Amino acid sequence: MSGFIQLFQETWLGFLKAAWLTVELTAVSLVIAIVIGLIFAFFRISDNKFLVGIAKLYITLIRGTPLILQIMVLYFGIAKVVLLSDFWAGALALAVHSGAYIAEIFRGTIQSIEKGQMEAARSLGMSYPIAMRRIILPQAFKRAIPPLGNQFIIGLKDSSLVGLLGFPELYLLSQSTAARTFLQFEAYAIAGLYYLVLVLIFTYIINRLETRLHVEKVGVRT
Amino acid sequence: MSSTMVSINDLHKSFGRLHVLKGCELHVEKNEVVVLIGASGSGKSTLLRCVNFLEIAEQGTIMIDGLKIQSGKDDLNKIREHVGMVFQHFNLFPHRTVLENITEAPIYVKKESKEKAINYARELLEKVGLLEKELCYPHQLSGGQQQRVAIARALAMKPKIMLFDEPTSALDPELVGEVLTVMKQLAKDGMTMMIVTHEMGFAKEVADRVIMMHDGTIIEQGPPLELFERPQHERTQRFLNQILK
Repeated sequence: MSGFIQLFQETWLGFLKAAWLTVELTAVSLVIAIVIGLIFAFFRISDNKFLVGIAKLYITLIRGTPLILQIMVLYFGIAKVVLLSDFWAGALALAVHSGAYIAEIFRGTIQSIEKGQMEAARSLGMSYPIAMRRIILPQAFKRAIPPLGNQFIIGLKDSSLVGLLGFPELYLLSQSTAARTFLQFEAYAIAGLYYLVLVLIFTYIINRLETRLHVEKVGVRT
Repeated sequence: MSSTMVSINDLHKSFGRLHVLKGCELHVEKNEVVVLIGASGSGKSTLLRCVNFLEIAEQGTIMIDGLKIQSGKDDLNKIREHVGMVFQHFNLFPHRTVLENITEAPIYVKKESKEKAINYARELLEKVGLLEKELCYPHQLSGGQQQRVAIARALAMKPKIMLFDEPTSALDPELVGEVLTVMKQLAKDGMTMMIVTHEMGFAKEVADRVIMMHDGTIIEQGPPLELFERPQHERTQRFLNQILK
């Protein structure tokens, strides 16, 4: 225990910096993932068979292969075409991965909005895009918050795999600290502590957001 | 200008292998109130939904206010602006206040100024007796109140005709009256209306004409007293007996 506390005190500045990089990496990848998710959710529910096919292929490939492989394939694949920093390569790989799951979340919540909502909107003369933007999506987003929060937490933890590209986030730092000090258990436990705190902060923010938007009231019909 | 508001000719509609409308023929005059009755599955709701193209018929024509509508060519959004619809389950937008429900389409479809839309919305809310509820959310209202807001929402687009698809079927019995009162006033004001309902008392009082549908066709029609007192068709007699018992 004393080794743990001592190591913690010696390394806190470095771990804090690494934690911040983890947060940055996660945040950037999730913003991109939301855009990707939204686009592919629309592909998936469109009437166009070609777009539906593309969306299904993308989702199947991502869900059907390990994330670590996807990171490597993207990293070495893209590196042959354009030069990306480790940060952007990692963020993109994570975004492409989370995007598939987020697409399914959006598809599910959009389709969970009662059919009558779209019909009412269209019966008032709204075009499909206006009805989507003004009526369906605001309701779908609210319903998406709990599963999205879940996906965000998974994304935060998955960002540890980007350490394998040499990006100095939390996991990589714990690895190098373990190698340097030979305090393997302590080093990894400290990283675990940082991850746990990050996830707790994340959870808190999402819960606040849910209450603010009073998710439970959406779609209630008396 | 012709005096016909809606003209339906030889309309056919199928859902998969289910042939729901089998050659419907119906002409609704301006200011006329037409009530559609018939057993469930007879096609009355489908016929109504074809008039604002929520369902697209495979065959036949629909003319609205003298214009023949071609679903492939014409801008259906433009046409729906002039055809108001009230649904059985109200379908109010739960994330918008009462006032926003009503002003949404005038602002985002007709591009009216916010001020103008709000003023007219308040006028309509007064008409349906809910002016004090403008800041409420739909879930804070009773079913009857929600349906009255839904009527105001449809009226906000200044439609030429209003379609009602079983507007009181989802309501508790004690809330039916307030919705029917609003509809009666609307009829008195000269609105052209097509109403699917099981409220025979209301039909008797308000309808100019009652249409009896059975198995995807109109089998009988006439003024309500005539049709209710002396139904010609055996199927109409049986239906009325069942529903009036």
